[in-house]
Amino acid sequence: MNTTVVAQLQRQFQDYIVSLYQQGFLDSQFSELRKLQDEGSPDFVSEVVSLFFDDCSKLINTMSRSLEQPDNVDFKQLDSGVHQLKGSSSSVGARRVKNVCISFKECCDVQNREGCLRCLQQVDYEYKMLKTKLQDLFNLEQQILQAGGTIPQVDIN
Amino acid sequence: MSRDQIAEELPNLAESKLTALVVDDSFVNQTIHQKLLNRLGIENDVVTNGKEAVDVYCSGRNYDLILMDMDMPIMNGIQATKRLREMGIESKIAGVTTRANEGEKQEFMEAGLNDFQEKPLTISKLLSILHKLNFYVQT
Repeated sequence: MNTTVVAQLQRQFQDYIVSLYQQGFLDSQFSELRKLQDEGSPDFVSEVVSLFFDDCSKLINTMSRSLEQPDNVDFKQLDSGVHQLKGSSSSVGARRVKNVCISFKECCDVQNREGCLRCLQQVDYEYKMLKTKLQDLFNLEQQILQAGGTIPQVDIN
Repeated sequence: MSRDQIAEELPNLAESKLTALVVDDSFVNQTIHQKLLNRLGIENDVVTNGKEAVDVYCSGRNYDLILMDMDMPIMNGIQATKRLREMGIESKIAGVTTRANEGEKQEFMEAGLNDFQEKPLTISKLLSILHKLNFYVQT
């Protein structure tokens, strides 16, 4: 094991994950998920976030269809979709996605179709952005493990 | 928190063989809640809505604890809790939901919950539920 390489990768990982918290992509719930990852389930976090991204994709499609007809928007179904997405995002610590859902719900409550369309676009952008960021994070983890190192515990408070 | 630290907090949990039922329509939440329970050594099953929870009990299964989501299709958490209590089920039911305004919380509690926690669940929230429901013996 090349300890210098491992140390560099670990440092990179640490800096990257801290930046994700600082930039508001993630909140403390993500740390809670990382605490649950162990030798018995080394891919727990990536599995859960993968389920979350599946949710995003499905719900965004459904909500997009609800918003299609200007004269016939099913705000009740929309509200249900936003609620589910807000729940999911909150459960994985996807802070920005969750915050868009809060605004999205407000638009649903007042039946603001234009506002809902904007929020839908934003939530789509945010989840895809997070997906890319987390993929980079998981890649760093893999590089550390392949170099024979361990993944740092990062304390976010 | 290591298993030793958790066992110290809940001295009898290591041998407790508690069982729990996760009732939630979200795969994300099912996975997280099951993992939390596994981490604390609690055997668990999962169903995706209130009706499935009722059916499981009708089939003769029993659990010490039910983690009951509120918003679910077919039969929601409030309806399922009421139904289970009508059936005479005495399992401890902890409502877990993101809906936390006082009115909704009260309605859920009045359906027959023993405890209520706001999602998302964490190890410490789950420990708090277990403490509250006396799933351990204090030394």
